[in-house]
Amino acid sequence: MLNYILRRVLYALPILVGVNVITFVLFFVVNTPDDMARMQLGMKHVTPEAVEQWKQERGYDRPVLYNGAAAGMDRFTDTIFFDKSLRLFVFDFGPSDAGRDIGHDIRQRMWASLALAVPIFIIGMLTNITVALLIALFRATYVDVVAVVALVVLMSISGLFYIIAGQYLVGKLLHLVPISGYDDGLNAVKFVILPVLIGVVGGIGSGSRWYRTIFLEEIGKDYVRTARAKGAPEAAVLFRHVLRNALIPILTGAVVVLPLLFLGSLIMESFFGIPGLGSYTIDAINTQDFAVVRSMVFLGSVLYIIGLMLTDISYTLVDPRVRLN
Amino acid sequence: MIKPVILWTDALVYLLIAAVIAFAWYARGREHLRAPWARVLESRIAIVSLVILSAYLAVALLDSLHFRPALEQRGEQAQETYYSVEVLSALDVIARPLKERAEKTYSAPFATRLYAREAMEGPDGVTVWDYPRLRHGGAHLADPDAGRAGDIARRALGAAAAGGALWLLLAALVVAGIARARAEGFTSTLARVAAGRTRIPWRAGLFAAGLLIVLAAAAVRLAGVYHILGTDQVGQDVFYQAVKSIRTALVIGTLTTLVMLPFAVLLGIMAGYLRGWIDDLIQYLYTTLNSIPGVLLIASAILMLQVYIDTHPELFQTDAERADMRLLFLCLILGVTSWTGLCRLLRGEALKLREVEYVQAAVAFGVTRLRIMTRHLLPNVMHIVLITVVLDFSGLVLAEAVLSYVGVGVDPSTESWGNMINGARLEMAREPMVWWSLAAAFAFMFTLVLAANLFSDAVRDAFDPRLRGG
Repeated sequence: MLNYILRRVLYALPILVGVNVITFVLFFVVNTPDDMARMQLGMKHVTPEAVEQWKQERGYDRPVLYNGAAAGMDRFTDTIFFDKSLRLFVFDFGPSDAGRDIGHDIRQRMWASLALAVPIFIIGMLTNITVALLIALFRATYVDVVAVVALVVLMSISGLFYIIAGQYLVGKLLHLVPISGYDDGLNAVKFVILPVLIGVVGGIGSGSRWYRTIFLEEIGKDYVRTARAKGAPEAAVLFRHVLRNALIPILTGAVVVLPLLFLGSLIMESFFGIPGLGSYTIDAINTQDFAVVRSMVFLGSVLYIIGLMLTDISYTLVDPRVRLN
Repeated sequence: MIKPVILWTDALVYLLIAAVIAFAWYARGREHLRAPWARVLESRIAIVSLVILSAYLAVALLDSLHFRPALEQRGEQAQETYYSVEVLSALDVIARPLKERAEKTYSAPFATRLYAREAMEGPDGVTVWDYPRLRHGGAHLADPDAGRAGDIARRALGAAAAGGALWLLLAALVVAGIARARAEGFTSTLARVAAGRTRIPWRAGLFAAGLLIVLAAAAVRLAGVYHILGTDQVGQDVFYQAVKSIRTALVIGTLTTLVMLPFAVLLGIMAGYLRGWIDDLIQYLYTTLNSIPGVLLIASAILMLQVYIDTHPELFQTDAERADMRLLFLCLILGVTSWTGLCRLLRGEALKLREVEYVQAAVAFGVTRLRIMTRHLLPNVMHIVLITVVLDFSGLVLAEAVLSYVGVGVDPSTESWGNMINGARLEMAREPMVWWSLAAAFAFMFTLVLAANLFSDAVRDAFDPRLRGG
């Protein structure tokens, strides 16, 4: 097992290098740091001195790949590529363009993101499985047809609508919970309820539809026929046999998003004023803080690759037929 | 005098339409290509969705014919014609009154008075604090408070009657067409259509078309004298914005797939069939691209594009061209983030297909690898390609709204539902609430996405019965 995990980690390295090169090309080759400086300082009336100073303060004034002026190893280390891109590999994010320590910000904001993303994930999944099971119970009847159409309608509604309508209805009309904001510790609960509710409702359409297909596929298999043949009641067939077997694809499919929960939800967090990593990213995009966006791209990729590894490992754990190779 | 302008996205839209027509022509005489489409058309839901999608498509096509009007000549003998920097479309010409009749600020749907109170000089010279009349909305009414409801009803009914007449004509034409194709009498065909006993559910399709025509007629008639969906903060007609946004949504939904298809199909089949280091390389490529969270990749690319556009203003003659470049680039980058799924599917399918007998036979006959891939593999994975294309469409339309909200969507000057929502979401806090911009954007988007989702379900069922049930 350990051997396998080690091999997967080694396999992940070239992918991270690829991600790094892509972001580097995007951020430093397509546009030069001069362009970025002018953009940040306002396009029209920028003196060359101001541009130089902006670059120097943020360390963008060095050569991109090779520093001929430096001596020894510094020729390669005293460059933008080394300082801004390679350091990401040891999770040294450096300062943001606004001068804050990105690593510190991330560690601090991570918890708010988790407080929102984890309940949405768990409650959403339980809800979707329940709805899908209920529909599967009524398969090939009118209930099934109507339910599937209802799910299609639900998934055709824009996610923004769920947020705006939910915020208006629950927060403003009924005054049940605050519209936006956040607090530490247990006080966070009352701020998180509404976004969690909206996240769960918004996910029912596509989620339940997807699980329903999995259930129906499972119901068509031989062991289900055997269970029925020996006289098991329908509910027992569904809950004891189908649900357990269907959980394998459902859970292994969900593992890949687990690490990404850290990143939070961009839209949700910014609408509800939750100071997590999602709103951090949005703020960075709006203020054009390229250093933060770059760090988040790298972090997101790392988390996704971890998710892929966890998926493969979970396959081998739940299904002994899958070999470690 | 006008000067036609072909924007990049226009050209690609024409290309796409030409490709669809060419395919339809090609498939007409080939039973194996035609049969699944015939199955799609047998579904009532698919027909109704198709009618709605066609209406959207018609608006988008009208909005894709761009030109620059000539400016009026000042002097007697001007050597050269100058053209306006404003790029108009055929739709703009039709909807010109809507575009030009701007109010001062917000007004509710069908309102005759402004949303906010203003200080006005009364008839007797005293300054009063009241809601002023709109400049255009309901300006023809002498007494707006009493006469409005009657006026609206009269105009709507008149237009609906005209729409109904138009629909009768259309229905008669369709029935006559069927009767001719079947060499059957008109009345017996009419009876069969009316009873719903045709293979293609014409009755459902005609019913949907009738509803659309009547609604559209009433909307057009009323939009001439009212702001039927209200006005936004700067007094622009919301109905006009919502209609203009249709093109943006369709362009993103279709061109994105058009852009990504060659990569996904070519690389997917190559990886699955050729195996070896090519497979490794292609897998590495799509895993890498896939591992960057989509929104972040799009955000970085669009931010960089914006920097590029802002530092190179000389490349674009008009604002429309600049906005169009951003729209095209958004399609490109969305394509880059979304081709990986299809590529992986195709690779898996090609892996399976390379072992089947007809491919083995082709290998034994010494058919070249290129020929095997184009003649034997490609046609047999096309159903997957098609299903993915149709399924992706609605997701892309929804994604546009989210991206515009984040600020990395289309250009702020481009009309899109995302921009409308973005501009209006802060107005929910006002009292009384300004809801019409949001409602219009969501309603137009919902109709399109729902129709697309239902249609794609029908397409999937017809092309791949194994996937049925979803």
